[in-house]
Amino acid sequence: MAHGIMDGTDGWGTGGCLSRLSDSGREVLLGITGKDFTIIAASKAAVRGITILKAEDDKTRALNQHTLMAYSGEAGDTVQFAEYIQANVALYGMRTNLTQELSPPAVANFVRNQLATSLRSRNAKHVNLLIGGFDPVKKTPHLYWMDYLAAKAEVPYAAHGYAAYYCLSILDKHHHPDIDLEKGKELLKMCIGELRHRMPIEFKGMRVKVVSAEGITELEEF
Amino acid sequence: MSSPFSINGGACVAMVGKDCVAIGCDLRLGNQALTISNTFPKIFNYGQTYLGLTGLATDVLTVSDLFRYKVNMYRLREERDIEPETMANLVSSSLYEKRFGPYFVSPVIAGLNSRTGKPFICGFDSIGCIDFAKDFIVSGTASDQLFGTCESFWEPDLGPEELFETISQSLLNSVDRDALSGWGAEVYVITKDGVTKRLLKGRQD
Repeated sequence: MAHGIMDGTDGWGTGGCLSRLSDSGREVLLGITGKDFTIIAASKAAVRGITILKAEDDKTRALNQHTLMAYSGEAGDTVQFAEYIQANVALYGMRTNLTQELSPPAVANFVRNQLATSLRSRNAKHVNLLIGGFDPVKKTPHLYWMDYLAAKAEVPYAAHGYAAYYCLSILDKHHHPDIDLEKGKELLKMCIGELRHRMPIEFKGMRVKVVSAEGITELEEF
Repeated sequence: MSSPFSINGGACVAMVGKDCVAIGCDLRLGNQALTISNTFPKIFNYGQTYLGLTGLATDVLTVSDLFRYKVNMYRLREERDIEPETMANLVSSSLYEKRFGPYFVSPVIAGLNSRTGKPFICGFDSIGCIDFAKDFIVSGTASDQLFGTCESFWEPDLGPEELFETISQSLLNSVDRDALSGWGAEVYVITKDGVTKRLLKGRQD
């Protein structure tokens, strides 16, 4: 990161003997696209070591009206990076395109660029991301999977952490690109059901948000 | 398994034919043993020159974007497309620029010289040492397998259709013996009359 607030010059170092990174695998991040929407779901537990610090955590940030980013990874890095991106997407959007907001692919490329730059800096941000969006001009849903190395892929559905091992096979079997929102919710419920059933980790339920032509809305039924 | 070159997996191969060249890659993007995407192509075109990039996925994206910028700037300055031989030297010097903190990629170039029509292929290591070859170039996590299949299938002066069959069989049979590559492939055959791009389905397991 070239800018002041991202230079982690606190002198604390990053190589502690207790690895905070093992927490990130236990955080659940899920994304599902459909015909005219993208669902982003993130676990509500904020974990540090063996302790759940918070049960109503929100691991998402809205980057603009039609783009939502969910994050997991090292505590501190995640929110720092997400809020830095949130502010700079707004700035980058104003500088490059005043007439309309940045499309989800444009936002995803911008985020990747920032994370890739961070990766080769003195202390890299350890943040895994899902970027979900809906392009209101082309009427297409978008979902990007990105890890802390800034490897980016556009996918129809995605997961981060241990949840991926349980959910991706369900989605492989039941997902279609043209599903409606009801079917999307049904798929998500199947995934969460499997996590509750098989995963020996309490994740305090999921916070679920939908991105569609109308913008970002939170679903309360989960 | 913790080598940056084999975290994401992937394979790429280029071959010379009679007045034609071919380049192919698989489509897998993985995270160790977990497959994330099966639509992750590793071949990028810069005018009539094609660049295949295997290795660390983040660097595949970074390096492909970097060369898109560099080749666009070259085209504006020179008012013509870049030749494959020139591209090879550009790739080499750009990679060596990062000698002590390299991009973890193994690039492959394929193209026809637009003036002479001569087929050109070459490969690189991650710090830009060029490997010129008259026959074929392989790279990626299936490179051992590709050496074997290419060595047995390839022969000199193959026409475009025979070359397509040869490179496709070499690629598909190699990635089927590598857990980190596969999940479909794409193959470009480049002749003076044009370029054909074909998507191969391949085994999905």
